[in-house]
Amino acid sequence: MIDLFSYGVFFLATALIFSVIALGLNLQWGLTGLFNAGVAGFVAIGAYTSAILTTPEITGRLGGFDLPITVGWLGAALATAAASAFTGFVTLRLKSDYLAITTFGVAVVVQLISLNAQSITGGPLGVSFIPRPFAALAEKPLTFNLLNLMVIVVVAATVFIVLEYLSRSPWGRVLKALREDERAAVSLGKNTRSYRIQAFAVGGAIMGLAGAMQAHFIGFIAPENYLAPLTFQIWVMLVVGGSGNNWGAIVGSILIWAIWAGSGALISLAVPTDQQARAASLQIVLIGVMLCAVLLVRPNGLLGERPVRRLTLFAKKRHSAAQNEPA
Amino acid sequence: MVNLQFIVDGLLSGSMIGLGAIGVTLTYSILRFSNFAHGDLMAWGTYSTLLVVGAIAAAFGQVAPIGPLSFGWPLIFAVVLGMGFTSVLALFIDRILFARLRAKGQMVIVVMASFGASMALRNLLEFIFTSRPTYFNRAIQMAMPVGLGIRITPDQIALLAATALLVVGVHLVLTKTQTGRSMQAVSQNMALARVVGIDVSGVIRVTWIVGSALACFAGVMVGVLVQIRPLMGMDMTLPMFAAAILGGVGSVPGAVVGGLIIGLAEAAAVQMVGAEWRLAMAFVILMAVLLIRPIGIFGVEER
Repeated sequence: MIDLFSYGVFFLATALIFSVIALGLNLQWGLTGLFNAGVAGFVAIGAYTSAILTTPEITGRLGGFDLPITVGWLGAALATAAASAFTGFVTLRLKSDYLAITTFGVAVVVQLISLNAQSITGGPLGVSFIPRPFAALAEKPLTFNLLNLMVIVVVAATVFIVLEYLSRSPWGRVLKALREDERAAVSLGKNTRSYRIQAFAVGGAIMGLAGAMQAHFIGFIAPENYLAPLTFQIWVMLVVGGSGNNWGAIVGSILIWAIWAGSGALISLAVPTDQQARAASLQIVLIGVMLCAVLLVRPNGLLGERPVRRLTLFAKKRHSAAQNEPA
Repeated sequence: MVNLQFIVDGLLSGSMIGLGAIGVTLTYSILRFSNFAHGDLMAWGTYSTLLVVGAIAAAFGQVAPIGPLSFGWPLIFAVVLGMGFTSVLALFIDRILFARLRAKGQMVIVVMASFGASMALRNLLEFIFTSRPTYFNRAIQMAMPVGLGIRITPDQIALLAATALLVVGVHLVLTKTQTGRSMQAVSQNMALARVVGIDVSGVIRVTWIVGSALACFAGVMVGVLVQIRPLMGMDMTLPMFAAAILGGVGSVPGAVVGGLIIGLAEAAAVQMVGAEWRLAMAFVILMAVLLIRPIGIFGVEER
């Protein structure tokens, strides 16, 4: 019974960290319509920044600055915000596909740096001995996990509330306006590029913060944690939950993580050890098919954005009006 | 002293990137979305070719290679079948996924779907064939010196020549035939093309067929010269996109030139910085193009 409860706490902590990444993506995609195909890269920037800032001194790799965990988390958010802002600065005056391609490239390059720049990132072995909050209580796993879960809940709730506030603020309304009808927003004197860069940077900061939280919760990071399947998982979480809705990001990530962890457990029980890598790839196939199916059948996810109905009606009217015009 | 060998290596990987980039650039200009699954079509084409080669070997035994090459008629026959299979696969995916989402009109959703499709396709390959690399032929070819310290194998010469033929052929089809002119019309204005009676869905089919057949050929080239892995397409995705943008989106000669430049830059980086940084070159070039001339070398400003 205690075991089950303890696993539940661990599961929820992991899922909520994914929720925070999905919340960051929701600001970029759900609210602003910016396609980030390199989520894993931005999460990695946060994780590595915080790891380098907070680990004890070490030879053979940059840092080990032994700073407090909060400084690490703050640094992670700032570094990822800077990387996101630069990516946005280069691509956001161009067509939306360029952002997708460039972010995809960012993830590739971050992966290369984490693998090969041993003097900064520790190379394939990654960074270990990342300080964990409440490390003194690590012998009592339940208390330790519960306290960590509380920290994660507090951070996730704070991010959630700030994002809800932002999306209702004038700033958030400008972002929605840009997503729905760029020309109308521009005609009202809104600087498209600057608003989009801001949204992309704030979303990136949230992803970086989540990356740092994950690194400190597990205590160890390595390049293979930040491959394309991570990006993909976060996207499925947001799309299934309902992009544009912060609750959707949270519900989706808990649901998808439950499916992922459940099918993983099933594979390790039912499949012989030598075939488990193969079975694991089938897991990704199923999630990929699920993403495509949701996009086809229920593009708004479980909990879509609320005013969607009115907007589609409006879009249809506009569409038919455009068709009636002579070409 | 710079070793000029990187020119041959660069031209070869540049040909593979360029052939792949033709498909990316055509999909972008005619279907108006960045297809993240294009590299995975490449990998599927390569594995299907490998299966045909295996089937021929099982039916006819070992067939002697042509002259000094490492492969004989079975591979040539298999590549043609593989190109056909890849086209059918692309048309099938378009039918069940992309076409339906296109009809809803939000192109960025199509990009996302291609991302999902690429994960599913790639991992399905990994499930069927495992992630272990495999080869068309394990024999090692002797490279002939051709002066200036450059060495080249017969396979490499044959594949470079085949690439040149394919590129010239595709370029002629796109510029001199009615089909090609229809494709250009659709890429410039789909609604207007439909009004003047162009068969838009036919053009879309041709786009998928040309793009995926070339992708299959490029993948087989990678398979002959390097190795076959489920991740081979994923690793080509960034260089292919960078080549298409560098050359100017929509331009077939641009995609090839872009591919060659990126291939040469990668080979130079391998020699000067180290092989592990190879993939970063495509990103550096992509960023430079986006900052300096986002419409690319042969691009035209969109009205």
